Amino acid sequence: MKIHEFQAKEILRRHGVATPRGRVTEDPEEAAQIALELGGRCVVKAQIHAGGRGKGGGVKLAASPAEAREHAARILRMQLVTPQTGPEGQRVRRVLVEEALAIAQELYVSVTLDRHAGKPIVMASAAGGMEIEEVAARDPRAILRQEIEPLLGLLPFQARGVARALGLAGDSAARAARLVAALAAAYLATDASLIEINPLVVTGGGDVLAGDAKMSFDDNALFRRPDVAALRDLAEENPIEVEAGKFNLNYVKLDGNIACMVNGAGLAMATMDIIKLYGGEPANFLDVGGGASQDAVKNAFRLLVGDPNVRAVLINIFGGIARTDRIARGVVGAIEELGSVTLPVVVRLEGTNVEQGREILRQAPFKFIVAEQMADAAEKAVAAARRGH
Amino acid sequence: MAIWVGRDTRLVVQGITGKEGTFHALACRDYGTRVVAGVTPGKGGFAVEGIPVYDSVAEARHATGCNASMIFVPPPFAADAIMESAAAGVELTICITEGIPVADMLRVKSFLGSHPTRLVGPNCPGVISPGTAKIGIMPGHIHRPVNSGARDGIGVISRSGTLTYEAVWQLTNLGLGQSTCVGIGGDPINGTSFIDVLSAFAADPTTAGVVMIGEIGGSAEEEAAAWIAAHFDRPVVGFIAGRTAPPGRRMGHAGAIVAGGKGTAAEKMEAMRAAGLHVVDSPAELGTTMARALGR
Repeated sequence: MKIHEFQAKEILRRHGVATPRGRVTEDPEEAAQIALELGGRCVVKAQIHAGGRGKGGGVKLAASPAEAREHAARILRMQLVTPQTGPEGQRVRRVLVEEALAIAQELYVSVTLDRHAGKPIVMASAAGGMEIEEVAARDPRAILRQEIEPLLGLLPFQARGVARALGLAGDSAARAARLVAALAAAYLATDASLIEINPLVVTGGGDVLAGDAKMSFDDNALFRRPDVAALRDLAEENPIEVEAGKFNLNYVKLDGNIACMVNGAGLAMATMDIIKLYGGEPANFLDVGGGASQDAVKNAFRLLVGDPNVRAVLINIFGGIARTDRIARGVVGAIEELGSVTLPVVVRLEGTNVEQGREILRQAPFKFIVAEQMADAAEKAVAAARRGH
Repeated sequence: MAIWVGRDTRLVVQGITGKEGTFHALACRDYGTRVVAGVTPGKGGFAVEGIPVYDSVAEARHATGCNASMIFVPPPFAADAIMESAAAGVELTICITEGIPVADMLRVKSFLGSHPTRLVGPNCPGVISPGTAKIGIMPGHIHRPVNSGARDGIGVISRSGTLTYEAVWQLTNLGLGQSTCVGIGGDPINGTSFIDVLSAFAADPTTAGVVMIGEIGGSAEEEAAAWIAAHFDRPVVGFIAGRTAPPGRRMGHAGAIVAGGKGTAAEKMEAMRAAGLHVVDSPAELGTTMARALGR
């Protein structure tokens, strides 16, 4: 789960991370008021989950409260398009108004999971403000990686090492070490999956602050972090994905026109892949769960047809513990319950009792397109989607 | 022969009194697995269809000599269940539970350093040696045993569930029996890696070839490919699910995500090709490619 910058900074401040002074608002008048409190000069920053906000014009420097009001008013009307939002952009609902820092240096620091090491790591680089992937591609040695022992946390000497690797000395080094230690503590205490500070700002006066903050959390741990779970902003998420979550369905919206309904995440990805291999484009990832019950299929179907791009539906179910004939009855029942389905529906069932399963589909009042192998199913779905245009 | 799971397996089921625990304990027993005990704290002294239930794994181990555990404990308590199994000295611990927090698995990994057990999973379908024993939720009847005395079994390793069944079913329909099928699970932190399983297959004379099914995310497939190139001389058929997955979006499994430009299917397939694996573009061709690789 992702949260906004202003929320991340609140959490980090509680753990002792220094951040610029400022407040979030939905109102240009209040933005001017905050700017006044900050002494006039300030930065107005759009609050959306996607990164690259500056590139889309969502971050503006203001020299006065009046200018802050102007920037806020314009940004709050924006459908902000960044490299991470997709072409439709994201509606801006809030801005963060912060003091403008006297920036001497921009650095990078993050905490995330290193799957290979099986431990969280701190990544730090003196090249702040850039995408860390670009830095990594250009010169991997420019990134320091410091493993964190999950039971011990980041040790003081390790934090000092990170500060040194960032090229800092004296008071700034001590401040950076404290900040990095606080980041690691926040990561472990909140079941975070990522904290990224880019840039980490060193001011002319030698202060070290989190200029930006991106934070996301382990979905599997939200049950024990109600305070974090409460920060979820549904307006930032795809409405169909939100709806899917209510039914315990795993759905990810994609750009194609062939909707897929599959049991199991691996098979669902493989189904998307084979559609592409046969010249089609998947409209989504959707895992209905191993058993693929009639209810799950019905709810999934409702979601899929809610995407206006969809021209054909491909149902690919491997009947394991739940036998294929039972699943076939579930699919037929779901379509009957739904009533007026006009899209072509290709069904590929495999597994135990597959012959009975296919027979049930063929006998159904709804005209399913029955496929036999995965390749056959993909071919039929691609053809059906083309006819559907 | 096979790996890890066989006639000597004496299984304890942690979380046996739950709905899924009961269902799958009995399905494993029906398949031929010796299910000797169940564990649910507070339910010691009860029995599930003749399987005695104990309060702790240590008691179950003492009373029954169980040497493998299958875990169906809900996510908040599953890490504790894994560590309990390890502390009791159970040699093989297979955790089916999906949705365990990463931080809990980090603690588990740390604990297993001083309390060794072969942990498979979590978030996995389990392990089956067809015709002999199964520990997990996979449908036993789609598998085909290796003919007695034959050395032409196929080993299967996968991060997925139903996609593994798909591969197994293709092999079965082509008459290719499986020595052992191992689901290592779809989580970012798990107990057993591709390389662990490949090493075991390398020491198993009944395994003639391996089907390896990976997913986007992490670098386990690349590491396995490098290991295969250096240490494994039997044919390996490889597939990576998620070529069409956009970066930054989690595809169902907690581990299936292309993050920071790393873990793409293209990179993994390239590494596998470079290591001499038979890489398939289409998941429909896993079985036929294996058959060809074996000269069938």
